[in-house]
This record gives sequence, structure tokens and C-alpha cells, in this order.
Amino acid sequence: MGVVPDALLRACDGHVTEASDDDTVLGMAPRWVASPATTAEVSAVMSAASASGLAVVPRGSGTKLRWGNAPRRLDVVLDTTRLDRLVEHAAGDLILVTGAGRPLATLQEDLAGSAQRLGIDPTRSGTIGGTVATGTSGPMRLRHGAVRDLVIGMTLVRADGVVAKSGGKVVKNVAGYDLAKLLTGSFGTLGVITEVAFRLHPVPGERRWVTVSVDGPDAAQDAVQSLVHSQQVPVAVEVDWDGATGTVAALLEGHAEATEECAATVAQELGDGAHVSGSAPPWWGEDLEREGPRDRGSGRTLVRVTHEIAGAGRLLRATGDLRERCGVLASYRGSPAVGVGCAVLDGEATTVVAAVDHLRATAAALGGAVVVLEAPDAVRDRLDVWGPATALDLMRSVKQRFDPGGVLAPGRFVGGI
Amino acid sequence: MDTDVLARRLRTLVGDHAVITDRQQLRTYECDGLTHYKVVPALVVLAECTAHVAAAVTECARAGIPFVARGSGTGLSGGALPHADGVLIVLSRMRQILEVDRANQRAVVEPGVINLQLSDTTRPEGYYYAPDPSSQQVCSIGGNVAENSGGAHCLKYGFTTNHVTGLEFVTPQGEVVELGGKAPDPTGYDLLGAVVGSEGTLGVATRVTVRLTRTPEDVSTLLAAFASTDQAGAAVSAIIGAGVIPAAIEMMDALAIEAAEAAVHCDYPAGAGAVLIVEIDGPAVDVRHVFAEVERHCREADAFEIRIAQDDAERALFWKGRKSAFAAVGRISPDYIVQDGVIPRTALPEVLRRIADLSTESGVRVANVFHAGDGNLHPLVLFDESKPGEGERAEEVSGAILDLCIEHGGSITGEHGVGSDKAKFMPRMFTDDDLDTMQLVRCAFDPESISNPGKIFPTPRLCGERPGRHQGVHPLAESGVAEVF
Repeated sequence: MGVVPDALLRACDGHVTEASDDDTVLGMAPRWVASPATTAEVSAVMSAASASGLAVVPRGSGTKLRWGNAPRRLDVVLDTTRLDRLVEHAAGDLILVTGAGRPLATLQEDLAGSAQRLGIDPTRSGTIGGTVATGTSGPMRLRHGAVRDLVIGMTLVRADGVVAKSGGKVVKNVAGYDLAKLLTGSFGTLGVITEVAFRLHPVPGERRWVTVSVDGPDAAQDAVQSLVHSQQVPVAVEVDWDGATGTVAALLEGHAEATEECAATVAQELGDGAHVSGSAPPWWGEDLEREGPRDRGSGRTLVRVTHEIAGAGRLLRATGDLRERCGVLASYRGSPAVGVGCAVLDGEATTVVAAVDHLRATAAALGGAVVVLEAPDAVRDRLDVWGPATALDLMRSVKQRFDPGGVLAPGRFVGGI
Repeated sequence: MDTDVLARRLRTLVGDHAVITDRQQLRTYECDGLTHYKVVPALVVLAECTAHVAAAVTECARAGIPFVARGSGTGLSGGALPHADGVLIVLSRMRQILEVDRANQRAVVEPGVINLQLSDTTRPEGYYYAPDPSSQQVCSIGGNVAENSGGAHCLKYGFTTNHVTGLEFVTPQGEVVELGGKAPDPTGYDLLGAVVGSEGTLGVATRVTVRLTRTPEDVSTLLAAFASTDQAGAAVSAIIGAGVIPAAIEMMDALAIEAAEAAVHCDYPAGAGAVLIVEIDGPAVDVRHVFAEVERHCREADAFEIRIAQDDAERALFWKGRKSAFAAVGRISPDYIVQDGVIPRTALPEVLRRIADLSTESGVRVANVFHAGDGNLHPLVLFDESKPGEGERAEEVSGAILDLCIEHGGSITGEHGVGSDKAKFMPRMFTDDDLDTMQLVRCAFDPESISNPGKIFPTPRLCGERPGRHQGVHPLAESGVAEVF
């Protein structure tokens, strides 16, 4: 703790406070919390921080702050929640521009009644900036793409305070490098995202869910492959898995008078036991990321898994095997037609570490990877939450160019970047 | 190192037959699809495998010689324009489809594979490759990756960047790295997202993993003729406003129609001031209902004739006029400039009127062809180079159209890329700080600036010297071409 530096106070019109225990990032305590309200103020904060060599971690509502590595050092938490302005919703152009601090839930309310939506599922928590910085999306990713595919423009503030824009307000645009793609999923290590332009999609006339119970990995694999290759083109395909059995469900959307028939066709393709419903299964879109272990004393570990589509069955089998192999209870929920999902692992720290290793080997054989999102310290201390990555030299080189002084979230990212 | 020495070294590495130094043969490669820029490269390497590319790049890096990668050479922004003192690495011999993996909905291809050839190969398995630039019969997937190519159907299906999940990639230092693969979200920064669309300035893709798209159960296409572009524009607004995402929605104005008729006899309705081609695809029952709505919107916007394609042959005829439009204007004008600006779709009527005004004021004819759903305009500015002053006037009109796009919050290029052609317009769209930040990425990948230099950025950024590498002032800084940041 200490007196707030004048430069920091001036940078955001006095909105700087001394940090409290609640501002700790994975055990690393900052000295101050700065809350700029505009891109210009963010720029001033970063200039001041850079000039004094202060390390900065950008933070939205903090829902994913326990993801990634602890920062190597930390002086200032840059709170983005005052950057919450809805800049523009151009309905005729199906685009929206918003400040990064606006909560995703608020944005979904902004759009309610417009017959348009942002293709990031509405149950996600947190701010827009946090969602983009961590690259999290939900079931509709199958149809609308990942966050990186929905962002069409971005304003960011570099470590040295320079403000830069990339993209713009039109969907189709190949002028210059797509910096927004680099920033999406960069965990605040390359720049502070202050404003984001998104493409929107029309809300379809009707929706139906087709659900089928699966009594094992092979049945799940068959159901997923049937849905993946269906010409009825599901908007989303989700699996909910308790380690041994589960449910595969697909969302069909389209014209009000056509969707029921499309859903019936899908149910027929899935075979016995599949049924059509006008409402979602209770677990739909309720991401394990949200249900994950918020409580620090919890023994549960939350991991994100990626895999090739055709490896869905093998992945589910591997999560079930963890019980016998490592004594770890695992449940899984994900988007097998995209190839991403989350597992919750429950067990003693050493056995959970073994389970992560086993899952990593399985995911790697399926072309994917396992990243540990949330875990008790006893687990964190025993593994690399990010796991291996290719092209790490190029990534280090990018970080070095954007933030040569190591000011932004140092150490938070892959390979200690 | 002089070219002869480099040529000798490369011949030992990639074979005699794969290295071209003969001036006449080199001239084959002096331009891409933007033919009024011509530069003869010092040397051409016809690469047959990744090792050839890596060897050529490594030699260039060692000697500090620039290189430019080239696929089919169909680009419209001069992105593959050679460097006079550099090596042109031609990838068109790398055209193997290495794998079609239906269960994973992926294909793995070499960069020289022709776009349409991939779809033709996978269609029997019920899949195709969605990005479909108008040049898809000849353009290469590697070129599509460099330019982040779109096409008529990207309104619904997205661009190249949404369909590439993995690359084998040769860095400007000659190292071969894997970015992504068949699974999504490789751990770490989205380098793939940075590389796709970087116009060959960050390195060379030598193998591409792409997403395959399920062929739709049904496709319906209509051609609607209107008295004016305003009416056709109103139909587009009504369709999009109703929440329909057509697979494609394309507009041509009277002059573009005239050219297409002269070139390919597509037999569009006589007397049309504008035609719309609207395509709906998806589940059969959904297509039936949505298509009926689209037809109704066209009628309500006063379409005087609506034709519905009865079969694939008729659909192909509708598209023939549209897809041949660029080449077709050659029938009504000896020379032309193709622009690629983008505007928010709602600004369409206003911008079309302003383009018409520009045309009237300058006496320069402008034919309009565009992707109406996403506001991507392709104004064709017509002129006759042999008449004094016409070329300059056409350039002026062309630039003024891009200014219009920027003024309306749009972009100077939607799918053709910046290349050599539009680098000078970048400062009108981006600030110095924006461009400087973009070039941090360039410096991270290619600090010596040897990978396709001179493209995209009007002023190259020097990346700062590394200890023990260079001595003295950088020649670009000395000559005033570049500033040191």
C-alpha cells in the first residue's frame, strides 16, 4: 500500500482507490484499483503505469480472474466497468458497438425486442471485455462462430498508452491486420480492450430442441456424428455427461412454419428415444464454467478441453475412465460438434493432477488440448495450467513487440507470457 | 549476395528445373490479376514441397533478400506483385489435396490447390468448401488464405478466416511451424487469425487445414428485375429486415447488365435498371417458406419480372452474368478499375446516388456490381487509356468512391486486399497509431521486413535493430522512405 501516485490520479479523474483483499489476483495483491471511464483515460492510466514501470491487470467484473497464471507482479488493477456505454446499435446494419465494461447480460437486454441477438449465448456472465479477452462462448458457437468470428472492430490501448483501432463497423473488411483476433483470448497481455464492434444475427422465427439419452460413449459418438452430418443443420449440438451416461441435444432454428418439421427429421435421424421439445433441457447453456468452483476451498477443478469433432466419443470415454484410473470423478459438458467443452474434476490434488495429465494425453491424440481454468492452489502448484503450446517463440515475439516492458498482466498467459 | 550466387545455391537445394532466371520466362510472373502494375522478379522458385519453400525463404533471410509468395496470380490488389530484387516463390505446383476427413469435417490441402477443385472433390461425400470468390475456378486456397477471400456466399457462410483451422507455415526466418490443426482454439494467441488475411507479409502458408461445409438439402435462386437500383435496394432492405440471411444477395446495375449481356449472353430481363440475384439454401422445408417470403418482398418492391431457377443449369445461367461481370466490362470499355469498398448496407441508396453524381460530373462511366447483403461494392470505373487524361480522371473517381466508403464508416477493401494498389489509401482509414500498432505484428514475425515488403502499409516501420545485426543507417531511413519509431 501507499499513497496513490499523482499521475495515476490525474489519469482517471481521481477514480483510483487503494486495493483491498477482494482485488487480489490469484494470491497477488495489487496496490491500487484505477477505474477509467473513457478510452482516453485508459490511455492516460497506461502511460502513467508504463512510465513508472507499474504492472497492470485489466479486470471487468472479475468472473474469470482466477483463470490463467498468477501475474508475476501486480501494482494496478485496471477496472473497466465504467467503460460501459452502449455506443451504437445500428439495427439496419446488424451491428453493435459497445464499451468493453458493459455486462454481457445488459447487452442482451439492450437487444431484447430488436429481433436481433449477439451470437454469444445469453447465460454467459461477465463484461464484454472479459468475454473477448478470454474468448468464451456457448452452444450457439456452432452456428455463429466463436467470439473472434463475431468481433468486427476493436479499440485497444497498448501498454505504452497508444490507442489503436482495427477493423471497423462493417462485417466485410480486409483492410490491414486483424488485431482484434490477436487480442481476443489474449487475457489482457497485449492491450486493454476498451471498445468492441460486433456483428449481430436475426432472431429466427422458431426454435426446437431434439434430445436423446446416451448410455455410453459409443452411443454419444453416433448421436453427435448423426447431428454433425445432418442437412437439417442444427444451430447448436450439446452433450451433458456424468462420466458414464448422458444426454445429447440439438437446437434447430428457422422459419416459424418449418422448424417443427426439421426437428422431427432430426429426431428420426437420431433413431429410437429421440424426442422434440419446445424448451431447452435444464442444463442447456448453463456452462460448467459458471457452475465451476467459485469457492476457493472447493476441491473441484475446472478444465477446458478441445478436440477434433470425430473424437467426441473417445473424449467422453476418457473422462469416465478417470474414476478407475485416478480416483477422480469427472463430469463433462460441451459442444462436441465444435470440439470444445468443460470438465469438472473432483478429487484429491495429486489425483486431479494425474487426471489432467491423462486428459491432456487423450486430447492431444485428438488434436486438441486441456487448459485448467479454475483449480485449488494445491492443484495449481503442481501443474502448468496452460499446458504445452506450439509456436510459442512467435507468441513471445508478439508479446515482446506489444509490451516490451512487461507491464500488462505479466506472466498470466501461456508459457509465462 | 548477387542473384547468380543465390540462383546457384537454390538450384542445389530445390533442383535446376525449379529455378527460373531467364528474363523472358521471368516476365510470365511480372504481375497478378491487377495487370497495370508490373515488376519482373530477380528470380523465380517453383516450389514443389514445404522443404523447397523453407529452403528458399532461409536463403533469402540469410542474404537479406525479399521474397513474395504467389499462388494462381489472380489477386486484384497487386498483393503478389514481385519485388525487382527479390525471389518470387510460386506455389502452384503444390496442388495436392492431402486429406478429406469427412468425420471431422476437415480437408488438408497444399496451398496451390484450386478453390473449386476442393469443392468438386468433396461434393460426392456431401461436403464443399464454402468461401467462393468469383475467381474460384482458377484461384488457389493459399492465395485465399493470404487475402482472407470472401465471395458471393460469405454473407451467410463467412470468409476464409472463418474456415481455416490450421496452417503449416514458413516464417520469414525459414522455420516451419504449425498453427492450429483440425481442432479449434489452439492454446495461446490466435496467430492463425493474424496470419490469415495478412497478404503474405508474415510468412508463407505451405499446408492448409480447412473446415468443410455440409451441402445444403435444397437451394433456391431467383433473379428479380427492377426499374432502378433504389427499388432493388428497397427489396434488399426488406429481406434483411425480415431476418432472412440469404446464402447470397447480389445486385448489378444497368451498365453492368449491359456488359454481361455483351460478354456471356446471360439473357437478363430487358430494360432492367437493376437486377437482384437472391439465393436461399438450407433444409428443404425451411427454404420453401423463406423463399416464398423473399419472392413477396421483391414483388412488393416493384420487381417487374421475377425468374425462379428451375434447375442447376438455369441457376448457373443466373450466376454466369454476375460472376463474369468484371471480365465482361472489357466488352464495353477498353480499360477499367475494379474497386472493392464496403459501406454499411443501409447507406447503399445514398452512396449509389453519390457515385452516379461523381460519374455525371466527371464524365467517367461507372458500372456497379455488388454484394448487396453486406454492402461490399465493386464499382467498375471505365476509361480508355489511349485517350489523354482519361486514366487520371478514372483514378480520381475511383479514389473519391473509396473516400465515400470511409465517410460512411466503411472500408477501402472488403475482399480483394490492400496489396500494392490501396496502400496509399490506408492513412485515410487508419491513424498513424493504428498502422504503427499493426506493424508491431509485422515486426514480431518479420523484423527484417523481407516477406512481401511494400504491401499493405504506405510507410514501412523499422523494427529496431538487433544487437550485432546491422551497421549504419538503414537504407530505407537514409533515403527518407521510412521513419524509425
